[in-house]
Amino acid sequence: MTIQMPEPDASVLARRDEIIAALREIVPGEGVISSAAEMVPYESDGLMAYRQPPMVVVLPSTTKQVSQVLKYCHDNGIRVVPRGAGTSLSGGALPLADGVLLGLGKFKRIREIDFDNRAVVVEPGVTNLAITQAVEHAGFYYAPDPSSQIACTIGGNIAENSGGVHCLKYGMTTNNVLGCEIVLITGEIIKIGGKCTENAGYDLMGVITGSEGLLGVITEVTVRILRKPETARALMVGFAEIEAAGRCVAEIIGAGIIPGGMEMMDKPAIHAAEAFVHAGYPLDVEALLIIELDGPGVEVDELIARVETIAQRCGSTTCQISTSEQQRLLFWAGRKAAFPAVGRISPDYLCMDGTIPRGKLPEALARIRQLSEKYQLGVANVFHAGDGNLHPLILYDANKPGETDRAEAFGADILRVCVELGGVLTGEHGVGIEKRDLMPEMFSEIDLVQQQRLKCAFDADGLLNPGKVFPTLHRCAELGRLHVRGGKLPFADIPRF
Amino acid sequence: MDTLKPRDAQDVEQAVRAAVAAEQPLEIVGLGSKRAIGQPMATNALLDLSALNAVVNYEPNELIITVQSGAPLDDVLSLIDSRNQQLAFEPIDTSALLGTAAQRGSIGGMIASGLAGPRRIKAGAARDHLLGAEAVSGFGELFKTGGKVVKNVTGYDLCKLLAGSWGTLAVMTEVTLKVMPKPEAERTLLLRGLDDVAAGRAMTAALGSPYDVSGAAHLPGSALRGAGGALGAIGKPEQSMTLLRLEGTATSAAHRAGSLARLLADYGGAELLEDTSSAAAWAAIRDVTPFAADGPRALWPIWRIVCPPAAGGAFGQTLARDSQGEVIYDWGGGLIWAALPPVADANAGVLRKRVEAVGGHAMLIRAPEETRRAVDVFHPQPAGVAALNARVKQSFDPKHILNRGRMVRGTAS
Ligand SMILES: Cc1cc2nc3c(=O)[nH]c(=O)nc-3n(C[C@H](O)[C@H](O)[C@H](O)COP(=O)(O)OP(=O)(O)OC[C@H]3O[C@@H](n4cnc5c(N)ncnc54)[C@H](O)[C@@H]3O)c2cc1C
Repeated sequence: MTIQMPEPDASVLARRDEIIAALREIVPGEGVISSAAEMVPYESDGLMAYRQPPMVVVLPSTTKQVSQVLKYCHDNGIRVVPRGAGTSLSGGALPLADGVLLGLGKFKRIREIDFDNRAVVVEPGVTNLAITQAVEHAGFYYAPDPSSQIACTIGGNIAENSGGVHCLKYGMTTNNVLGCEIVLITGEIIKIGGKCTENAGYDLMGVITGSEGLLGVITEVTVRILRKPETARALMVGFAEIEAAGRCVAEIIGAGIIPGGMEMMDKPAIHAAEAFVHAGYPLDVEALLIIELDGPGVEVDELIARVETIAQRCGSTTCQISTSEQQRLLFWAGRKAAFPAVGRISPDYLCMDGTIPRGKLPEALARIRQLSEKYQLGVANVFHAGDGNLHPLILYDANKPGETDRAEAFGADILRVCVELGGVLTGEHGVGIEKRDLMPEMFSEIDLVQQQRLKCAFDADGLLNPGKVFPTLHRCAELGRLHVRGGKLPFADIPRF
Repeated sequence: MDTLKPRDAQDVEQAVRAAVAAEQPLEIVGLGSKRAIGQPMATNALLDLSALNAVVNYEPNELIITVQSGAPLDDVLSLIDSRNQQLAFEPIDTSALLGTAAQRGSIGGMIASGLAGPRRIKAGAARDHLLGAEAVSGFGELFKTGGKVVKNVTGYDLCKLLAGSWGTLAVMTEVTLKVMPKPEAERTLLLRGLDDVAAGRAMTAALGSPYDVSGAAHLPGSALRGAGGALGAIGKPEQSMTLLRLEGTATSAAHRAGSLARLLADYGGAELLEDTSSAAAWAAIRDVTPFAADGPRALWPIWRIVCPPAAGGAFGQTLARDSQGEVIYDWGGGLIWAALPPVADANAGVLRKRVEAVGGHAMLIRAPEETRRAVDVFHPQPAGVAALNARVKQSFDPKHILNRGRMVRGTAS
């Protein structure tokens, strides 16, 4: 393990039995898990190279219990790591040796479906897909669709501000949530927003979304649902050169078309996916674009024709257009299964998640190829091309000495390239522990200090999910200190009126 | 009065540091178009950002623009319009409502006030389009947050807090916004004569349809009394108008208009407004021109009420009846502009109790200064949320230097 986690607090570990007994008072029966064997499933999340048994697992089933657990932990200086389904790819839900792992898996109820206000109120452990399933009989759906949607929870989606292939047109989680109930580390229960289109006061919902479990524990969520578009059709377009595919993406956007989804795969990814799902992908192309248009039939037909023309102009070598729903889904099947498909051709893989300006795509891929040679590790690229979000999958074998470290170093270099090209470290998977130590590549000390000051407004003792997101931990008292320089105005030269 | 006009971000940093040292609160102004909104502030020092007005970078193919915060919104809009792009959230022009010079203010003011127009129901608000920012906190430190790409989850999303914070957390110096292609065509279905509750049902049906409605507004006949301009041109005496907007390619917009008209056949025959007349009507709705400061209700306080959309019709109808006031509905009923006859507290007490009962909130957008001193302009928050907001303010501006007291009466925020 190359990433240092906060030193366990020996005084907390010494009180383990007492703490477990107190937690059992709050959450009776099977809700508190403390045996080593039973805690194994909670040792890691989707970033599987990292494992750590927690001190204890607590699975509350009511907001009141969450509140009491947090208050107890707060009063006793115990760290807490919230967890949904544990599919985080950045290690956001990695436990701490001296921490309570607070699982929200028992919060599984859909509390209210309100079609008139286009809102659904759910508990945080409800899966992303279950929301859509609960409303699709009436023609509605919940738009953000991470590939992990069968498993991941809405609470985890909010904590990570998750995206999906459709977020180019319909937005990320943050653009699709209306309100939540959140329990602060003190045990205080706060309600934010509801069924209104907009909330009063500071946009706390906006900053809680994407806060990676560091600000509070979400115990209820109100999401916005949308009516399903009348139709959707997809094009599958092959290119002999990555550059041409990149140009095609830029021209589609430049022509004012925002597709429902626009995904790219490179040759290794195409081959892996085709071998896995037999979607009929062309194997002799360097890049494949899947472009989906949705809306009324007449609009989709019109836009498909325009996109086809653009693709031809950009030098496409193959172009298939779906003529049935079954065929559309087949086009997507390979892309959606890209991660497991790559899992078949390599013992292990690391999924990266940087974003770059779309125009820099060919350059980014060329740089990734160079790095692949430097580190002597293969890489397959899938890519949310429409919004510039890269997912290079680094292929390695954890059983070969040194390969894990090499894969991580390769990944870090890819993210540095993203930042250098004007992009960012993570487009949708979060910082977690994985990109924590790279934060200074993108942010100055002052930038990070301001973020941590906000953390202090929610969690002054730093007990919620410490060791994630921020490379260095500061005490709130130190962060809040204001250094006043002199008493005289030192800006004599700024124009005044 | 002292006005400082910084030339760059470093000047802003210097000015805030000096203000911190001197414990001198600053009022942050972009182009001052919305100065009459909010709690009156106890400060006579202005930080005028109008010299920070450069367009730093515009990349139409990346769908982003980076501009300094004092740049006039009108200039930015015409720049992106030249590439057939727009700010999809339709920022409101408050000049008619507030009776100020006809301009839409600065980019910084647009984000800090976060007042989005009719398309909010589909495209979101300023918060949803602010991708990154550089700002000076009340610590006198220039920090950046977010990025310059459309998809990013690196670190806390402080952009969301800056949007709608009315300059009370940090002084933005530069922002990166997402721009979107302008739709090729727009069509508006116009239904006449519905009462507020029926109109609310029609709008709910439209927004629950697959026809991708990008505007849903209702204007009761009495609210249109004396309205000139675009709404006057299509209005008929004492008859309400319900408008539903469809945007996209010309074929698509026309097709969906037809489908929607069929869906709403029970609400009476619909008329069709095409491109320019449709656009003019929606601009007037966005800017709330029926309640203009030079119109018949010039002296009436104006409230901006947000409530669950399906509750809007019944709520607004009762409010208008009981207060002898007038209301206009946008966002399918989720936004109600109310002009209420002047009374001592601008009806704050009654209105807030009622709006809370339906799960909404209300902001006093226009009122004489003495009224704004006497009532909470922004909706008061429950104790826990208010305390959290105060801690958030503290984490950006511990000495309450920036727009002291603008958002919460008698406090620092
Ligand atoms: C195969 C695969 C495909 C994926 N595809 C995508 C994709 O397309 N797009 C995408 O964005 N992500 C994707 N992910 C990543 C992951 O699924 C998302 O980040 C997801 O939102 C995590 O949800 P979870 O319930 O598993 O949360 P967890 O992994 O359990 O937790 C994630 C973070 O959220 C916090 N958290 C969880 N619940 C709460 C709560 N109730 N209150 C406060 N904090 C909480 C945790 O502390 C942690 O920091 C993928 C993952 C896998 C394994």
